[in-house]
Amino acid sequence: MKYLHNIGQYFIMIREAFGRMTKRKVLYHLTFKEINDLIIDSLWIVCFLSFFIGGVLTIQTSLNLSNPLIPKSLIGFTTKQGIILEFSPTFVSIVMAGKIGSFITSSIGTMRVTEQIDALEVMGINSINYLVLPKIIAMLCYPFLIAISMFIGIFGGYITGIIGSYVSGEDFLLGLEYDFEAFQLVYAFIKSFFFGLVLATVPAYYGYYVKGGSLEVGKASTASFVWTCVILILINYVLTQLLLS
Amino acid sequence: MITVNNLHKSFGDQNVLKGVSTQFFKGKTNLIIGQSGSGKTVFLKCLLGLFKPEVGEIKYEDVDFLKLSEEEQRDFRQHMGMVFQGSALFDTMSVGENVMFPLMMFSKMSREERFDRMIEVLKRVDLENVEDKTPSELSGGMQKRVAIARAIVNQPEYLFCDEPNSGLDPETAIVIDNLIQEITKEYDITTVINTHDMNSVLEIGENIIFLKFGDLKWQGTNEEVFKTDNEDISEFVYSSNLFKEVRKAHLKK
Repeated sequence: MKYLHNIGQYFIMIREAFGRMTKRKVLYHLTFKEINDLIIDSLWIVCFLSFFIGGVLTIQTSLNLSNPLIPKSLIGFTTKQGIILEFSPTFVSIVMAGKIGSFITSSIGTMRVTEQIDALEVMGINSINYLVLPKIIAMLCYPFLIAISMFIGIFGGYITGIIGSYVSGEDFLLGLEYDFEAFQLVYAFIKSFFFGLVLATVPAYYGYYVKGGSLEVGKASTASFVWTCVILILINYVLTQLLLS
Repeated sequence: MITVNNLHKSFGDQNVLKGVSTQFFKGKTNLIIGQSGSGKTVFLKCLLGLFKPEVGEIKYEDVDFLKLSEEEQRDFRQHMGMVFQGSALFDTMSVGENVMFPLMMFSKMSREERFDRMIEVLKRVDLENVEDKTPSELSGGMQKRVAIARAIVNQPEYLFCDEPNSGLDPETAIVIDNLIQEITKEYDITTVINTHDMNSVLEIGENIIFLKFGDLKWQGTNEEVFKTDNEDISEFVYSSNLFKEVRKAHLKK
């Protein structure tokens, strides 16, 4: 029953987020602030992770290719597939559930326990619209973050391959071009779009409805991370089944 | 004036408000007093529309607040100002932005007009040159003043204060009490203060209602507190020896 209640309350929150609108000028300002906090501030960690995971993918593939009949270009192909299909959209999203999700839950949760949300409501402001909608709009930019992750990941694989002499630049690039399907990128961006919505709304839900004090805000952040990951993995499974099978 | 009739509010099996009926008067500081758990905060949140009572009527002049839709209640709240127990200042904004926030959301003032109004209101609460500071850089008393400035910046008709002097030293608490009373007179607004501070009762209690276990047990002024024979209010007020002495001195007069 509790789970059903939470699911219902979550969808009511989503509906309210599109309810009575905050003044357009204020919403515009808030959205840019959220793009900065959620997307721009996450760039460095995404780039760092992507570069080295791309490198590790290249090394792992190379070390497992002992058969001389298998072309070296397969290293570039495998890195590309791994990065585009799973690493960038899914793995990065799970990391972002920790970074962005905790930030959203703790910032909204702190506003709740210090009565700042009540203050918004008393002023006649739709607090859900004011707090959640700018985050949803900002997370529409999330696929751009994933696109950057893809580029940096593949670049990391390329550099690692050359520096470690695992593969020549030509072979790696040949592997990148081999059997390239544009739909795989479309699939990755569709996933990123849904993941972005989950990353904005599930942590916001946990923060908005937190009850108690600072200890509960901490607990809500943990619960938010766990449930965001569970939902991401489930959506990943469903979308993969729907779009690729 | 705010008129409340037969207000009931419960949470599960617990009846927090059991048919409260009272009036809060314009231009006066109306105090809700009672022990912790007596239903003061729930009552105040019902008045603000943050809690929905099961039964009852709340009238702001002729407006039946509980019959308004949620959207209409939100519109109506623009006539209200609220000072929260913990000040509830937005910690991502500077003091000036906090005070200008209601103007930015609801007024058609230009940036310069908003700024001027913010300076004017901060001066009214005896604060100067703090507009660029963040709330965390201010003392508790100063934060309360900023909260009062934010509450009155849009010239509300109704001002609600939830324990406005909790956590403050007695001297600062009296300053805050007096400031709220002065503003009430100056703006001719209906002010409702939720408190269990007996100093406030004596200083600014022009209309006091006493709640006990969700029931309204007594209503009167700070003068009448000393004369009443009501056992419930006497038990609450004279739980402190200091106030027993004050009463003796008052009766001697």
